[in-house]
Amino acid sequence: MIEERFDAIVVGAGMAGNAAALTMAKRGMKVLQLERGEYPGSKNVQGAILYADMMEKLVPEFREEAPLERHLIEQRFWMMDDRSHVGMHYRSEDFNEERPNRYTIIRAQFDKWFSSKVREAGATVLCETTVTELARDERERIVGVRTDRRDGEIHADVVVLAEGVNGLLGTRAGLRARPTPDNVALAVKEMHFLPRETIEARFNLKGDEGVVIEAAGTISRGMTGMGFIYANKECISLGIGCLVADFQRTGQTPYGLLDQFKRHPSVAPLIAGSEVKEYSAHLIPEGGYKSIPQLYGEGWVVVGDAAQLNNAIHREGSNLAMTSGRIAAEAIDLVKSRGEPMSATNLSIYKKLLDDSFVIKDLKKYKDFPPLMHTHSQNFFLTYPQLISKAMQNFVRVDGTPKAEKEKATLKSFVKARSWTGLFGDAYRFARAWR
Amino acid sequence: MNVEPPVRVEDKLYYNRYLVDVGHPHVKVRAHTRPSPQLLALLKACPARCYELNDDGQVEITVDGCIECGTCRVIAEPTGDIQWSHPRGGYGVLFKFG
Repeated sequence: MIEERFDAIVVGAGMAGNAAALTMAKRGMKVLQLERGEYPGSKNVQGAILYADMMEKLVPEFREEAPLERHLIEQRFWMMDDRSHVGMHYRSEDFNEERPNRYTIIRAQFDKWFSSKVREAGATVLCETTVTELARDERERIVGVRTDRRDGEIHADVVVLAEGVNGLLGTRAGLRARPTPDNVALAVKEMHFLPRETIEARFNLKGDEGVVIEAAGTISRGMTGMGFIYANKECISLGIGCLVADFQRTGQTPYGLLDQFKRHPSVAPLIAGSEVKEYSAHLIPEGGYKSIPQLYGEGWVVVGDAAQLNNAIHREGSNLAMTSGRIAAEAIDLVKSRGEPMSATNLSIYKKLLDDSFVIKDLKKYKDFPPLMHTHSQNFFLTYPQLISKAMQNFVRVDGTPKAEKEKATLKSFVKARSWTGLFGDAYRFARAWR
Repeated sequence: MNVEPPVRVEDKLYYNRYLVDVGHPHVKVRAHTRPSPQLLALLKACPARCYELNDDGQVEITVDGCIECGTCRVIAEPTGDIQWSHPRGGYGVLFKFG
């Protein structure tokens, strides 16, 4: 049994947990962080894009120290059918700035560095330790944790649950529900290694410039899902994810989708000749605002993916995780500095601060999007990409057909596939959910 | 129609590093005679293809290649078909890149 008592125990060493542990340790709190992996990062999977603004708030000098891959100067969106893609690319020299806004990173490497900052700030980080249970007192308040080490209970004033999308502690303790198949996506990913120059030539980059591609369309075979291709320095992160409910319903295999995506004529040349060095999978919270659970209680708070804080529309998760971890830590520090107990009433300040931040504001803005995408996945991920691809081909192919006839044929194909009511309905629903 | 080549998941898992906790599987399938629809869904949905149908038509799991995504937990834990925990500290998949 660890006799020591801590101000706070943080469960998990991902973005949310590291942000919370760092913030509390910097403010002089006695922090214990527990991580089940061999080292911080060894269980963590993400695409991955790092958002500088949120990282700067935690480690202002991270650009000089952290293992960063490429700073992003270009974003591509691809709408794909089986043989083509219609793209929207945004590339700007403005992103070659002194303090770039977004970077690609490799999570296992980045998290190891992030954790070193947590240790430097004075927190105790214990790896290879799985927390098995939350400990309660006679009044049902959370007072600490039990682990799979022979240490018995470890006590703290407050437990920060940064246990990720699969967090068992919170669900086993009845603090929140287990994620359901329709509010999490399963993403699979491969790391494709290529010489640096090859990546730069294929993606039209120089130096540490980077590009990311987000792709949707027939690659998800009518399921709610997206593919991604991120350029790192010497490798490409490539993956695809779909709602677990859709996998369950259709019997599609995740690796089948991944391999089909890799063979797509728009994708295959980008990774040709690469050496794959890892295959990973991870769940992504997709339920949005409506799936956010109770965020605090007697002696506990929950942050990051465990709290379903992920913006599926903008593909942002790690910044919401970092920010929620930081805000939770600031709230805890506030309660502590007042000399008050870590009760639910006092910890409710965490939710108030989070509600006022971009985290909850953004999720609220898109609160109707996840159900729309799910119930209309056939239209948005299959029918429209096919129609738009055909329309584009019709537009650019020169074959002697008068343009007016071409336009008529395109319009007819849309009306035939979705009907006028369907088209207007889809546009209305989309606009409403976006608003 | 072009015929898709079969995907060899075991080749993908071969890239990964694992520390297998021999004798302590972190996921267990409840004994059954006929598999539930949820259990059958895992044969396809598990990205590491840990679930297989045995000769008697029952679903079995081999956790050695598990990449700890939690998909099976989301599908089949609510029905009691599987018991799902994290591996003991330090064991399981060890991502180099993640």
